[in-house]
Amino acid sequence: MPNNSAQFEYAPAPESPAIVDIKPSYGLFIDGEFVDGHGKSFKTISPSTEEVLAEVAEANDADVDLAVKAARRAYTRVWSKMSGAERGKYLFRIARIIQERAREFAVLESIDNGKPIKETRDVDIPLVAAHFFYYGGWADKLEYALPGNGNRGADPQPLGVAGQVIPWNFPLLMLAWKIAPALACGNTVVLKPAETTPLTALLFAEVCQQADLPPGVVNIITGAGETGRAIVAHPGVDKVAFTGSTDVGRAIAKAVAGTNKRVTLELGGKAANIVFDDAPLDQAIEGIVNGIFFNQGHVCCAGSRLLVQESVADEVIAKLKRRMKTLRVGDPLDKNTDIGAINSAEQLAKIRELSDIGEAEGAGRWSPACDLPQTGFWFPPTIFTGVSQAHRIAREEIFGPVLSILTFRTPKEAVEKANNTPFGLSAGIWTDKGSRILWMASQLRAGVVWSNTFNRFDPASPFGGYKESGYGREGGRHGLEAYLR
Amino acid sequence: MSARLDVKKTYKLYIDGEFPRSESGRSYVVADAKGGFLANASQASRKDARDAVRAARSAFGGWSGRTAYNRGQVVYRIAEVLESRRDQFEAELRSSEGVTPAKARTFVDAAIDRLVWYAGWADKIAQVVGGANPVAGPYFNHSAPEPSGVIAIIAPAGPLLGLVSVVAPVIACGNTCVVIASEPHPLTAITLAEVMATSDLPGGVVNVLTGSVAEIAPWLASHSDVNGIDLTGVNDPDLGRTLEEAAAENLKRVRRPGLEDLLATPALDRMTKFLETKTVWHPMGL
Repeated sequence: MPNNSAQFEYAPAPESPAIVDIKPSYGLFIDGEFVDGHGKSFKTISPSTEEVLAEVAEANDADVDLAVKAARRAYTRVWSKMSGAERGKYLFRIARIIQERAREFAVLESIDNGKPIKETRDVDIPLVAAHFFYYGGWADKLEYALPGNGNRGADPQPLGVAGQVIPWNFPLLMLAWKIAPALACGNTVVLKPAETTPLTALLFAEVCQQADLPPGVVNIITGAGETGRAIVAHPGVDKVAFTGSTDVGRAIAKAVAGTNKRVTLELGGKAANIVFDDAPLDQAIEGIVNGIFFNQGHVCCAGSRLLVQESVADEVIAKLKRRMKTLRVGDPLDKNTDIGAINSAEQLAKIRELSDIGEAEGAGRWSPACDLPQTGFWFPPTIFTGVSQAHRIAREEIFGPVLSILTFRTPKEAVEKANNTPFGLSAGIWTDKGSRILWMASQLRAGVVWSNTFNRFDPASPFGGYKESGYGREGGRHGLEAYLR
Repeated sequence: MSARLDVKKTYKLYIDGEFPRSESGRSYVVADAKGGFLANASQASRKDARDAVRAARSAFGGWSGRTAYNRGQVVYRIAEVLESRRDQFEAELRSSEGVTPAKARTFVDAAIDRLVWYAGWADKIAQVVGGANPVAGPYFNHSAPEPSGVIAIIAPAGPLLGLVSVVAPVIACGNTCVVIASEPHPLTAITLAEVMATSDLPGGVVNVLTGSVAEIAPWLASHSDVNGIDLTGVNDPDLGRTLEEAAAENLKRVRRPGLEDLLATPALDRMTKFLETKTVWHPMGL
């Protein structure tokens, strides 16, 4: 591979895929067992090689009905009657099994999603285990969880069956965010992983079996949009939890209108990452890179709009370009890889389209020289300079490794620009001045504000958006509210 | 042909992750439920108590500095290891206290589940007792609990569940402790120390003394490097008052004598009694 000057020569350090055992085909996990679906099937491929990994069942209405009924039976007969302490112990078991099988999950997630093994190994899978561990601990403490209920004999109750639809960007982590609090609160679930990344959810079904989780408490059914719609529309579902695009979130909110279904939505974002002239710039550069290039930019809370104070804009952009030259794009299973494959051909087309529009609208496009593999879906880390608020790349979620750079002069202008979006999921602030961090944080209309850091996640910390980034919180004590009445 | 002779275990103290004998060279006879000889337990001295406080103090920085998530995992690990040795504990409870097999099982179950309960609290108590304070001014104001420090504990009679119920809340929140085991039933406490010693719990976080409460407790109550004292296991009201008076000298946080129903869900004050609330102010502005 030709080398550019900023990059050290690294020998390949591939993680062996031998640890995972991908079956040629998968059924649906309903009532504690893998069963054949009644519908068609679809293929899941490796986005880095376009190789077919497995054939997966596409659940139809009948399958959804079976899954919801299994969840209802498990809810009525077993799970809602079990003490919180016992439910918690199942979650602790699941957490431990995931810790034990961490390597296997990390490799499988990397293969099916295209994200670097470095991330699945160090971020996704440890957080998954931590989530189950955290919510396992809540299961017998729910009377302390909700405001006004502590120690006064309040008795929060589960909702029933939760229908959960999750995206492809953090497949197993989003599963954990959905399943762990739902189960801790005494609900049972029907969960649909994204059609491009079903494999770790199906391996998780095996974990449920190893943990002896009662059949029907967790049902995992695969499929695409139609299957998701069927789950949302099923009258036996008491609660809908969705993470994904704002458009689908809107459709779900409309679909449940007039019913008693509870809903939480974690949707898109267009986060401002705001850099002041007194910020520790080298640290800020790392935060900008992490903010937009982590997970190929397939992150709803990605810092996709860099707002940099005019006086340091040239310096920041120069440093950022220099840093971007050292990013390694390539084989997701290589432990040195920083940026892996784009998850699907469809997503790649969307990133290309919006990037081309950015150029056509007059913004300056730049990517470091990098050789992209011949097969698979790839997009180089890219920045746009001279972006105005009217440009589509400043307004729409690209969901790829593409950063739009805007400038500002005063903190108030930074707030105006940061809030000038229908989204409100996250924001970043880089400055040495504590009082300014806290003032900015109070002004930003976003659910998570990172100060002098970015893209931090913890099961104890609530996550979720303002405005069209959705409603409800996942994580922390607040995450329980979505699953209790 | 002669029958095989048992190899009997020597019961020692548990200080700083090790199992030393009392420096005093003393021991006392522990009787089984029928009054027969069970074993000699170490009879800890004033110096042993001071060694234990020193160990607890040295361990405090590291233990309180761990993430709450990590402390939760360690306490959960104690539950796992205890579960794997449950037969031994059931047998000990039966021989020392004379309880029925069913009762022994109930106590062991409850002790394991209590550890799991507190493992979960490690990273949740701050979210229940802490929070943002809306002060009337341009200030960020936030309160969060922090562990008090070294806690001396006089354990109640239940040799396993009693000990777990007083120690687990204290360490889950980041304190370290010196615990005087139940005087008539000290052996299970030492066996539990063996579990803790093999559960990734750093040495010094829990130190277990066996011996006379009336002899050792006053030294702990008056020790200036002890930040709190839990008198749960003190049955003599005069001793209780004397200890509380001694504890007042450096304003130790005191949990007064008295034992709740051990099989019921514990109240939060087992944790909050030995937590400080720290409130941080910071201006907000340009």
